Amino acid sequence: MSEVGVAAKTPLFEEHLAAGGRMVEFAGFELPVQYTSLTEEHHAVRTRAGLFDVSHMGEIAIRGPAALDFVQLISCNDHQKMAVGRAQYTGIMYPEGTFVDDTLVHKMADDEFLLVVNAANRHKNVAYLTELAANFDSADVVDLSNNFAQLALQGPLAEEILQPLTPENLGELKYYRFIEGDIMGTAAIIARTGYTGEDGFELYVAPSAAPRLWREILDRGQPHSVLPAGLGARDTLRFEAGMSLYGNDIDNTTTPLEAGLGWIVKFKKGDYIGRDVLERQKEEGVERKLIGFEMTERGIARHGYPVLLAQDDTEPFSYVTSGTQSPTLGKALGMAYLPIEATEVGTEFFVQIRNRTAPARVVELPFYSRKKV
Amino acid sequence: MTIPDDLMYARSHEWIKIEGDSVSVGISHYAQDQLGEVVYVELPEVGTAFAVGDELGTLESVKAVSEFLAPVAGEVLEVNTRLEDEPNLVNDDSYGDGWLVRLSGSAEGEELLDAAGYKEFLEQESA
Repeated sequence: MSEVGVAAKTPLFEEHLAAGGRMVEFAGFELPVQYTSLTEEHHAVRTRAGLFDVSHMGEIAIRGPAALDFVQLISCNDHQKMAVGRAQYTGIMYPEGTFVDDTLVHKMADDEFLLVVNAANRHKNVAYLTELAANFDSADVVDLSNNFAQLALQGPLAEEILQPLTPENLGELKYYRFIEGDIMGTAAIIARTGYTGEDGFELYVAPSAAPRLWREILDRGQPHSVLPAGLGARDTLRFEAGMSLYGNDIDNTTTPLEAGLGWIVKFKKGDYIGRDVLERQKEEGVERKLIGFEMTERGIARHGYPVLLAQDDTEPFSYVTSGTQSPTLGKALGMAYLPIEATEVGTEFFVQIRNRTAPARVVELPFYSRKKV
Repeated sequence: MTIPDDLMYARSHEWIKIEGDSVSVGISHYAQDQLGEVVYVELPEVGTAFAVGDELGTLESVKAVSEFLAPVAGEVLEVNTRLEDEPNLVNDDSYGDGWLVRLSGSAEGEELLDAAGYKEFLEQESA
């Protein structure tokens, strides 16, 4: 547990220092924003592999005979048909149909689900879910965040590098599935999931087992120029892949339908929190939507910059939710909410960059998707 | 961390090189290292006048935006237009081809540091 104002260290803190990590505080943890070069780390993940410490992420278990019913109540996605060993992306909903958080739901057993949540939202989630569970028979909410370190090995070489460390057959582990197995003699959840747009694995192990696993993966990756990668590359990678970041692209004021996440909103299930709002929004259509854009002249749009529908507008319609110079595509790209009538690809609008307005154009999301083999 | 002896330094991490009636301005090796790979440089217009400490322009890495300030008062005589297409010169050659602007004016009366003073300043900053 971290005290207010005092950043916690992950079990890999010493590894980050040894690797020259530039440490910053993020969601209450001291984590590396980069080691030697953000763009090198980014390209390593796209072309080879990169290893991330994501131990700051929260893990919350929902347990008990009514675990499924409880998950169905809080989530806009439908988890009814999930088999054990499957992971599913969803939103934890407020009654307004907006996000408490976005999360990966793992079905561990018929009576147990593991929710992997954003670090910054961990305590908010635990409080929200615990309160709901109080009125709910036979479903318990257990914060397991301190029991897990999480390493993410991401990139096209991830399977090749990881396979020698585990007796499990990784070739048979499909995307968005996981196994509870063994890595280097230690118990692990091995999930074929990630937040980079590449193939890869997220590994959940006991904190004490993390440093040895971290070093071993990097040793084995060294001949392939696998790099440790920091928060900076994690952000540019997920951004290019069009994956939402809570606090930037989605939050407690946005619904999954507005965020372009209609595929996680299901109505062929029972009642759930926020359902009526989402159903109405689906029928009537959303008034605004999250889009991807590129800058058409010089300038980089960044999180928080005002979005103008016309160049001489004085009031912004919204603010850039995420934006940067894309290392893979070499362009200044961004995401923002626009009125639904202005969301067609090719529509022009403007971003206020300091004291000038720069033109931008709506493009398809995601900006980048890997070639499926 | 390279700190050439023939330059003067501002506490905001710009360097200046005095060349007769004008000075050229760039950012130090330390500053470019802190910033990371520069992907975009916004330079002032030639002819604009600046006071000491005014924002001359911005340097952007993938992660962050950072201003660079006028280490001396003066008018912009020339900007390094190569940086439009090769912003990485700021990283690769911060004291040479990665220069930013040339200003009229001199370093007289400004609170600038020599190489030894800047080195000491950096050591205090990181202490």
